[in-house]
Amino acid sequence: MTGIPFLSLAIWVPIVGGLLALATGSDRNASVARFVALFFALAGLAVSIPLYTGFDVSTSAMQFVEAYQWIPRFNINYVLGVDGISVLFVLLNSFITVIVVVAGWEVIQEKVSQYMAGFLIMSGLINGIFSALDGVLFYVFFEASLIPLFIIIGVWGGPNRVYAAIKFFLYTLAGSLLMLVALLYLFMESGGSFSILDWHQLRLGMDAQTLIFWAFLASFAVKVPMFPVHTWLPDAHVEAPTGGSIVLAAIGLKLGAYGFLRFSLPIAPDASQAFAPMMITLSLIAVIYIGFVALVQTDMKKLVAYSSISHMGFVTLGFFIFNPLGVEGALVQMISHGFVSGAMFACIGVLYDRMHSRQIADYGGVVNVMPKFAALFMLFSMANSGLPATSGFVGEFMVALGAVQYNFWIGFAAATTLIVGAAYTLWMYKRVVFGAITNHHVSELTDINNREFVFLAILAVCVLVMGIYPYPITEVMHASVNDLLKHVFVSKL
Amino acid sequence: MNFVIPDFYPAAAELFVAAMSFVILLVGTFKQSARHFVYTLTQITLVGAAAITWQTMDGQVNFTFSNMYVDDLMGDVLKLMLYLSVAAVLVYSRGYMHDRKMETTEYYLLAIYATLGMMVMISANHFLTIYLGLELLSLALYAMVALERDSARATEAAMKYFVLGALASGLLLYGISMIYGATGTLEISNVAQAIYHQAGNRTVLMFGLVFVVAGLAFKLGVVPFHMWIPDVYQGAPAAITLFIASAPKLAAFAMAMRLLVNGLFELAEQWQSMLMFLAVLSIVLGNLAAIAQTNVKRMLGYSGISHMGFMLLGLMSGVVGGDRHFALNAYSSSMFYVIAYVLMSLASFGVILLMSRAGFEAEALDDFKGLNKRSSWFAGVMAMVMFSMAGIPFFIGFFAKFSVLQAVVAAGYIWLAILAVIMSLIGAFYYLRVVKIMYFDEPADNTPIGATLDMRVLLSLNGLAIAVLGLLPQSLMTWCAYSLLGSL
Repeated sequence: MTGIPFLSLAIWVPIVGGLLALATGSDRNASVARFVALFFALAGLAVSIPLYTGFDVSTSAMQFVEAYQWIPRFNINYVLGVDGISVLFVLLNSFITVIVVVAGWEVIQEKVSQYMAGFLIMSGLINGIFSALDGVLFYVFFEASLIPLFIIIGVWGGPNRVYAAIKFFLYTLAGSLLMLVALLYLFMESGGSFSILDWHQLRLGMDAQTLIFWAFLASFAVKVPMFPVHTWLPDAHVEAPTGGSIVLAAIGLKLGAYGFLRFSLPIAPDASQAFAPMMITLSLIAVIYIGFVALVQTDMKKLVAYSSISHMGFVTLGFFIFNPLGVEGALVQMISHGFVSGAMFACIGVLYDRMHSRQIADYGGVVNVMPKFAALFMLFSMANSGLPATSGFVGEFMVALGAVQYNFWIGFAAATTLIVGAAYTLWMYKRVVFGAITNHHVSELTDINNREFVFLAILAVCVLVMGIYPYPITEVMHASVNDLLKHVFVSKL
Repeated sequence: MNFVIPDFYPAAAELFVAAMSFVILLVGTFKQSARHFVYTLTQITLVGAAAITWQTMDGQVNFTFSNMYVDDLMGDVLKLMLYLSVAAVLVYSRGYMHDRKMETTEYYLLAIYATLGMMVMISANHFLTIYLGLELLSLALYAMVALERDSARATEAAMKYFVLGALASGLLLYGISMIYGATGTLEISNVAQAIYHQAGNRTVLMFGLVFVVAGLAFKLGVVPFHMWIPDVYQGAPAAITLFIASAPKLAAFAMAMRLLVNGLFELAEQWQSMLMFLAVLSIVLGNLAAIAQTNVKRMLGYSGISHMGFMLLGLMSGVVGGDRHFALNAYSSSMFYVIAYVLMSLASFGVILLMSRAGFEAEALDDFKGLNKRSSWFAGVMAMVMFSMAGIPFFIGFFAKFSVLQAVVAAGYIWLAILAVIMSLIGAFYYLRVVKIMYFDEPADNTPIGATLDMRVLLSLNGLAIAVLGLLPQSLMTWCAYSLLGSL
């Protein structure tokens, strides 16, 4: 362990910032709360950057490890560490938090301190999820992160927010409670250890592996979300305020996928292989069927929500074909989706703030009055449909390639998403942005202001850079992915 | 026959409380106007008792009064929690009782006698001592429920409580008599010895066990002996409900430990299966019934039933196939659970009392509407309590559920753990509903929340304790485990 505990800082700086923002109290001090939030979001990003710059890409071992006793009574330890799989998500999360704080700057006028605090605390908790190496610590962060998002959707959300918030909470809780039983079972089987890395080495019979696989599946499949437990996501997205949608899409969905890599695959490799056909089928259904569902949506947020499910289907597909190209492609896709879907929701938020409508039919001809916005929105739509030279292409291409190696027809089926994805995204873009102005409200729209331009432009740069030169990202994950796959192919029976 | 002066040292706290009760009675009778003084005296009594218990806490197991009484570490820890919770009840309830003209000497006196009864239950080493303590507690509680003399609802609740409580005491006593018949002794350690040596008639013993467990189940308020809970919780004045829903759970836990673990440990396999039955029913019925409630007190009553069911899960995981390795782990998880529950229960009813004022009872769910807008701090406290009761980290309720589930899984009852978590999920719904009402709805009335400073401070500390003990549960867990070591 070298000097500064960056991971702890990445967790606790935003949480402390959130509590401070909360302490500013009523809306009289709203601007104080905003600046406190921005400061701590930037500080959180600042302490996350050394995780990348100081990362040793040659090893698959955990880095930046911190270990302290937490609850010796149950041998629960505060152990943090990141490998090539998780480090990027800590970075992504800290980055998105800044975007969210900026995106909600003027838009949120009620109970600003609680809004900002919610996002900061959630950011810290999510960093905790990605860096926890102790099962209980992971679980605690995983569950606790539900509370801020529940409050955010419920307080600042749309008309049907209460239903969406409770559905979101109960769906995710249902999965994670079963995971808790699995964690306790592993604790017992491993002779009293909650260390995730110990569990990776633990020998388990097929029955035990099957149970564990399903318990984790219940938790992570809901979180991803995989077909058929995806129905909470469109509701949550539609009702959530813009910031909530951004975090949910950019980070929230990655938690489940990350869980597969950290728990299911290495702890229950034989069961993972045995159930791979099922997982692949479900992934393909998500990719293709949900893609078509997205096509018929009339609500922009819902459309992007379904497109997220479809993209996440690609991710789970990449994991369960068990080759390096697939897993790495899936990880790239996760990062890229973090930028792209975040940006898509931010763009819809920009429109919604002005028109208070998410219906595609209410728009048309936006390009005439908001040219700068239209250009940026265009880029993100292209990225969402997987255009080469944007980040969206890299991941999808890698997964499709991996899938073809695994089985040509699976690869073929997966690749259709490039067509369907382009269809629903670009068709929506066309209806919203191009054409003649039919709604007189649209003619009164003003183009994005500097604040909006800055955060959209930053996201645009990320999307482009990642699309053109993804090497800095794949380089980081390479060693860890290879090690993971080696694990998966060693039977534990 | 020579007269032996018993060693009073192990019972010093009880004697102090008993003596102080007379002082309070006299002061209250002769100085009718001095409510404030009586209140202060009551609190001094509790603080004094705490000081004595703390001083006499030596980690030894001391018997006194011809082995009818025991002073051990488990008793001391539970008693300290007991003083704390009664003191908190008095702080929370004072304004409420005052507004309703019930802040009489009798209230404080009954609270002190109830406390004394619980202390006797906690420290009993004899079936009859347990019974005496239980009756002292129960009679005080019946009277407390009926304090609001003009309220038909409260009187009905008191009547119901009394009749069912008397029935339960009868069951318990009947069970005790059978155990006496089978073993020829009532002293807890001798009963254990006798059963170990296979003395007595097993059938009689089993009958006795069944009745004892039934009596115990009534006091804990677990299904199917829970009928009194919703009505009494709803009917009693909120301050009294707070009392019933907090400290007596500690005493009931102690009673379960003394009767079942210390006394009838040889029959563990038998009573464990009974407790499992009770626990499953309580968790299922408590959570399902709570969903339908619109009255917060009633809802918390049903939620309490399910919490006690959860607590029993720990007690029933102690012995697996004759193997007693798990006992300490399992029982300490139960003890941790019950302490966590008392903390949460105090805070939840504390918020109800905070929001009630003269002529207004905050007991419908809708009364909590928009609390976040009226007082974001106390809405936060209530939200923490609700999340904690639902078992969401980082709050103490999570680690309470965690440790009990760990014991259940270690005992090999995976299906039971899965059932328990599914029911927790259902439970989460109604706890979330409270949060939803407080945060997502607009306030129905905007009366400012008025409460005394001591209540605000204590309630805040109570909420913080739930959060801080959720972050750092180790010390309390260790205390629970350590204090049980001597009693097993």
